[in-house]
Amino acid sequence: MNSAMFLAIALLMFIIMIALAVASVRSKDLIIAAILLAGVSLIASFAFVLMRAPDVAMAEASIGSALTAIIMVYAIKRTKRFEDDDNGGGHQ
Amino acid sequence: MMERSLLQRSLPALAISLLIAGTIFLAFVEVGFGEAKVDEKDSVSNRYIANGTEETGSSNLVTSVVVNYRGFDTLGEVTVLFLAATGVGALISMLPDDKKKRKGPAPSLIMAYGGAVTIPLIALFGVYVFLHGHLSPGGGFQGGVIIATAFLLFLIIRPDRSTPHGALSLFESLAGLSFVGLGLIGLAVSGIFLDNVIAGFGNLGDLVSGGLLPLIYIAIGVKVGSELSGVVHSMRGDAP
Amino acid sequence: MNGHELVFYGGIMALLAVGIWAVLSRRNLIKAIMGLAIIETAVNLLLVAVGYVSGRSAPIVGGDTGIGSSPVGGVVDPVPQALVLTAIVISLATTALALVAAIGYYKHTGTLDLKSFSYGRTDEKEVRK
Repeated sequence: MNSAMFLAIALLMFIIMIALAVASVRSKDLIIAAILLAGVSLIASFAFVLMRAPDVAMAEASIGSALTAIIMVYAIKRTKRFEDDDNGGGHQ
Repeated sequence: MMERSLLQRSLPALAISLLIAGTIFLAFVEVGFGEAKVDEKDSVSNRYIANGTEETGSSNLVTSVVVNYRGFDTLGEVTVLFLAATGVGALISMLPDDKKKRKGPAPSLIMAYGGAVTIPLIALFGVYVFLHGHLSPGGGFQGGVIIATAFLLFLIIRPDRSTPHGALSLFESLAGLSFVGLGLIGLAVSGIFLDNVIAGFGNLGDLVSGGLLPLIYIAIGVKVGSELSGVVHSMRGDAP
Repeated sequence: MNGHELVFYGGIMALLAVGIWAVLSRRNLIKAIMGLAIIETAVNLLLVAVGYVSGRSAPIVGGDTGIGSSPVGGVVDPVPQALVLTAIVISLATTALALVAAIGYYKHTGTLDLKSFSYGRTDEKEVRK
């Protein structure tokens, strides 16, 4: 692929990755935040393939998308599911 | 109530993060992207690329760097993973038990039968990945994680079955010991720990090639797979 | 700076900024751990991006990949990829330990709010719901 298409695909991937990351941080439901974090790892694995690193892409796709998301979901299930209300108010 | 907007509330945090990210960005613009820094005659990567296939006998240059040239770092990484898994198991066992045991919904028919068919296939794929680590992209860590994913699927579709903790610990300990044992073979034969002593055995590109590399990756794959299965089971506890 | 650097390094640094912002501004402990995971993903992307050489292929040599016996000048740098492989596994280990610490904190005090964290609390009954 020539340089312009490479750059266009990379730009699209980074935009999707940053949008997923911001949505994950701003979500009040923690389980949805964990799933969106798995999405960030998936798009990062595409970026690794684009940068000619297939070993790293396999590792990131399996570890980042599957295992990190599932241990976060189990941790959320053992604690609270929803984040407390807004960042400036609350108790204390 | 929200008397300040989102921007005002997190303005210090946003400013600090943009400052850090901007500084690192300006530093890395000097480095450049996509330029051939690896072609210099006396760079480390150049030596690994030029002599990799005949010194280690593996087609995958990343495998030869991870297991052969930087094998001691891989031993350190396996140690860190072992410490983390042990720490997770120990800390979880110190938590107080939940007072109410919730019973989650039973898995549906599609999940039960589909899982029963795909779990052996996923485990087989994991074994394939760490067995062919020196020929194609993959290796011990990726294959071990895929096997742990198969175990996780098993936990989801059969929540009533208990985990064979004894067998998992036995596999993990034996695999870790064999990794160190393979290194000691290198020490005994040529005086260098983790030396690849039978590197020239077999042709490049065959399954039986690369000396100790596939054996080390088999040990790492079994160890990582059983370790992460234990971690997943510990973190699940009795959550539905 | 040309377009490649702007897109790649700029995109990775934007992800890093999102992660740092999440760690600094969120009150929930698990949200801060998620920010840590975002930071680690961004740093791994940065390391692999430094080792990339345009126009070359992945570091797999041998018969049917067409690279042949002298791969110098035809493959990208394999050393950063080996380092990032280690880093990804270690990020999983640290995230697991951090989440276990968060679970323990919740079971001990009944809340995940970082504003309630203080040293030497002697009146825990007031914090527990």
